[in-house]
Amino acid sequence: MKPLASHHAFSILLAAVLAVALLLVISIATPFGLSAYVANTVGQLAAFAVLALSLDLIWGYLGILSLGHGLFFGIGGYVVAMHLLKHSWQVTGKVPDFMQFMGWSEFPFYWAGFGFFPYALLVAVAVTLLISGVFGYVSFRSRVGGVYFAIITQALVYVAMLLMFRNDTGFGGNNGMTGFAVVFGWPIELKSVVIAMSAVSVLVLGMILLGCRLLLESRFGILMIATRDDEVRLRTLGYETLRLKLVVWCLSALIAALAGMLYVPQVGIINPRLLSPELSLEIAVWVAIGGRGHLIGAVIGAVLVNAVKFWLSAAAPELWPFILSGLIVLVVLVFPNGLVDLAKLKLVRPMGAKRLSSETTELH
Amino acid sequence: MGVALLVDTVTVEFGSFRAVDALSLAVDFGEVRAVIGPNGAGKTTLLDVVSGITRPKQGRVIFDNATDITRASEAAIALAGVRRKFQKPSIFEGLSVHQHIVIGTQGGLRRSLAQGALVERVDEVLDVVGLADLAHRSASELAHGQKQWLEIGMVLASNPRLLMLDEPVAGLTEEETERTVALVRRLKRSDRAIVVVEHDMDFVDRIADRVTVLHEGRTLFEGSMANARADERVVDVYLGR
Repeated sequence: MKPLASHHAFSILLAAVLAVALLLVISIATPFGLSAYVANTVGQLAAFAVLALSLDLIWGYLGILSLGHGLFFGIGGYVVAMHLLKHSWQVTGKVPDFMQFMGWSEFPFYWAGFGFFPYALLVAVAVTLLISGVFGYVSFRSRVGGVYFAIITQALVYVAMLLMFRNDTGFGGNNGMTGFAVVFGWPIELKSVVIAMSAVSVLVLGMILLGCRLLLESRFGILMIATRDDEVRLRTLGYETLRLKLVVWCLSALIAALAGMLYVPQVGIINPRLLSPELSLEIAVWVAIGGRGHLIGAVIGAVLVNAVKFWLSAAAPELWPFILSGLIVLVVLVFPNGLVDLAKLKLVRPMGAKRLSSETTELH
Repeated sequence: MGVALLVDTVTVEFGSFRAVDALSLAVDFGEVRAVIGPNGAGKTTLLDVVSGITRPKQGRVIFDNATDITRASEAAIALAGVRRKFQKPSIFEGLSVHQHIVIGTQGGLRRSLAQGALVERVDEVLDVVGLADLAHRSASELAHGQKQWLEIGMVLASNPRLLMLDEPVAGLTEEETERTVALVRRLKRSDRAIVVVEHDMDFVDRIADRVTVLHEGRTLFEGSMANARADERVVDVYLGR
């Protein structure tokens, strides 16, 4: 049972997210408010926060750690990049860089229809569901969990990265895809368009936050926590946890793909490095630092870590790995529940310590 | 009513170790059966086989005269009417007492009870296990004995036809043990079989109709507790120690 304080904290966070969205909307319509640069940064942070929420949903509330969530983020990103390139070509007639590089004058056949956004969206959903569904079913069916599952997800994202590095696949190869000129018929570099994309990202973050909250408070959410805490106990009470885990896993993958669809138009580029194991590991770090098993924790962790990263990558890029590692050590040793511990000023035993040990086979 | 649980020449092996060795056992409806024996005799493994957690190498498990549950999933076995309390109190640290009982009552992803019936049954169970005052506390805040009772509440909430309790009074105070005796007697019904694994012989003496003594994965003795105490082999391997 969550204490009342956490309800308050959630409401405050949701209100803050909506306030930022409102500020962005004001900035679109009037000369007041945020600059395009700041708005763009805020929008990217919001996309990362959505990504962190997707991982927190399965790691924090279902006890399944994925170190390959960059895969689904990448699927969303690649599909939206294909849409933007095709759409830009339709409007401006400019042939994408990667095709010029390959010496192609026509799009590969599987690019057909991508200029139409609903179709691209459908493809993103279908591919995400297919990959997460098949992988999740096979893994959960054979009761693969814990560290083994995490390692396989990591391998999966690595394989995807290697595939995308190939230039002949028609997805941009090692240079990736860039040069998006038009989004929904609007010039993508126009200030109001930049701010509008940011506003959409922040609004989506608010919606995902609220949706996750409603899910977790439902009967289904209670069963998620029960699965996390003692899956065998829940199964022997008559609950088929396979189906439950599969549904949440696929939902989490979809949210990660959505984050990728928000992120790529705002950074203006996608390349295979989005699928590098480092990014996937970093998502887990954001959630761990913010406090897994808390929606607020995931959002704050993602925003804080990435804000520091943005700032440092300009000021002192060589310091970043040390700061990130330092934060991880601090979280593991002192604040097992991340910043949420700091907020409570209570250094409790990590809830995960028991969970991790209970993942090893029990012999009664 | 007939045979609630029939274990038919079941063998379980962990590597080269034979935990249960061609064991056969029949428990009738209306009966409280205690399964006792030294550590490593195969008591918990037997319960694991019945609840579907461990697959036997050989043999069959038949529930309610006709249903073969040997290869069924844990959830399917539970939905057939089998519930089991684990040796180590197994509860959900992140949920409240009330939420536990709701999970135990509802049983299965599909809702089996209407809201009104559910609320009524949950309140009833909370009363039975004496946790009504703590209903909205987090289960992680409970004392050891209360956690035992919470798990018992969770498994009895669905009115199981076969109830298996693995060491229900381990670590309980004398007063709590007393209440558990009363509870088990109260749970005894003509359409329910109760299997209890326990090391506390006074407790077993007070609740069990019959006892089965296991030793090295096999049945050493079956009969009344009084006869078990008199049996030389039982005294030798277990009670005399």
